[in-house]
Amino acid sequence: MARKKRSTPEINAGSMADIAFLLLIFFLVTTTMDTDTGLRALLPPMPDPNEVPPPFNKRNVFEIRINSGNQLLVEGELRDISQLEDLTVKFITNNGNDATLSDNPQKAIVSLQNDRGTDYDIYVQVQDRLRLAYNKVRERAAQTKYGRDYKSLTESEQKIIREEYPQKISEAEPKDIGGTP
Amino acid sequence: MSKFRKKKAEGGGAISTASLPDIVFMLLFFFMVTTTMREVTLKVKVNTPQAVDVEKLERKSATSYIYVGPPVDERLGTASRIQLNDQLAFPGQIRIFLETEKAKIHPVDLPKFAISIKADVKAKMGVVTDVKQELRKASVFKLYYSSKKRSAGPGL
Repeated sequence: MARKKRSTPEINAGSMADIAFLLLIFFLVTTTMDTDTGLRALLPPMPDPNEVPPPFNKRNVFEIRINSGNQLLVEGELRDISQLEDLTVKFITNNGNDATLSDNPQKAIVSLQNDRGTDYDIYVQVQDRLRLAYNKVRERAAQTKYGRDYKSLTESEQKIIREEYPQKISEAEPKDIGGTP
Repeated sequence: MSKFRKKKAEGGGAISTASLPDIVFMLLFFFMVTTTMREVTLKVKVNTPQAVDVEKLERKSATSYIYVGPPVDERLGTASRIQLNDQLAFPGQIRIFLETEKAKIHPVDLPKFAISIKADVKAKMGVVTDVKQELRKASVFKLYYSSKKRSAGPGL
């Protein structure tokens, strides 16, 4: 077999840009630069059945219950969710003034219990309000102690404030009163 | 001829487009690298709630997602279901899911392993609680309640 020697013709690269543009537009359209955001939470480990829960004074527990009708019972009283933030702030920063509220911020525990029929939205809103309340308290502490925003403090200064106002949100096992729909 | 010459003298001629493909390719590679295709096809409807105090995920590559919401397929009813990877699942399957997800990520990132629950606003807490209990049993404690950023205000 004799091979013919042929000079390879040059490929026209003029359409290269078109092809590249096509691909570029495809990736431009499909790209999603979504940064997922969410409320951060830390779950407690499973309870040890032999462990006795530490004793606590009832005044140091801020009880929030949500029923399957998405109603809030805060410290035994029916409340609207918009009041929750202020009530929580008041509870944390009581420092023993009111006999029904907390002794001091270190001992203050927020106890949250919801029904299995509670809407997830309400639950997230309540969690959000509680975080906002703690943020508010810490912000105030940063202002009085350092005269600056909490965010502008150094890591160690933030830690001091965090330890002074620890965020203790305890979640009780949910109840199934309303019945699972 | 004279016309042609005159033009060349004042305009400097056509701009060379020879480097255009290079520029486009550069952009192309950038988008190819940053693109993340939708990894899962959602079998449940998820409309995440809005919250103020939201944070970005600590390490996206070390985060796995659990979807909770009413099934897209209406024949399956309206009660919220859990979706792991590409299929609807029961709470009992979460533990195996967590093990396989943990195996996928780099060992260095293991302490940062977190779960983001993407649940629908209308989902009931019962299902979410089941998920949370399974996470606790599997000793996965870092959790995000996926929600959109809302500016401060009364809301609801």
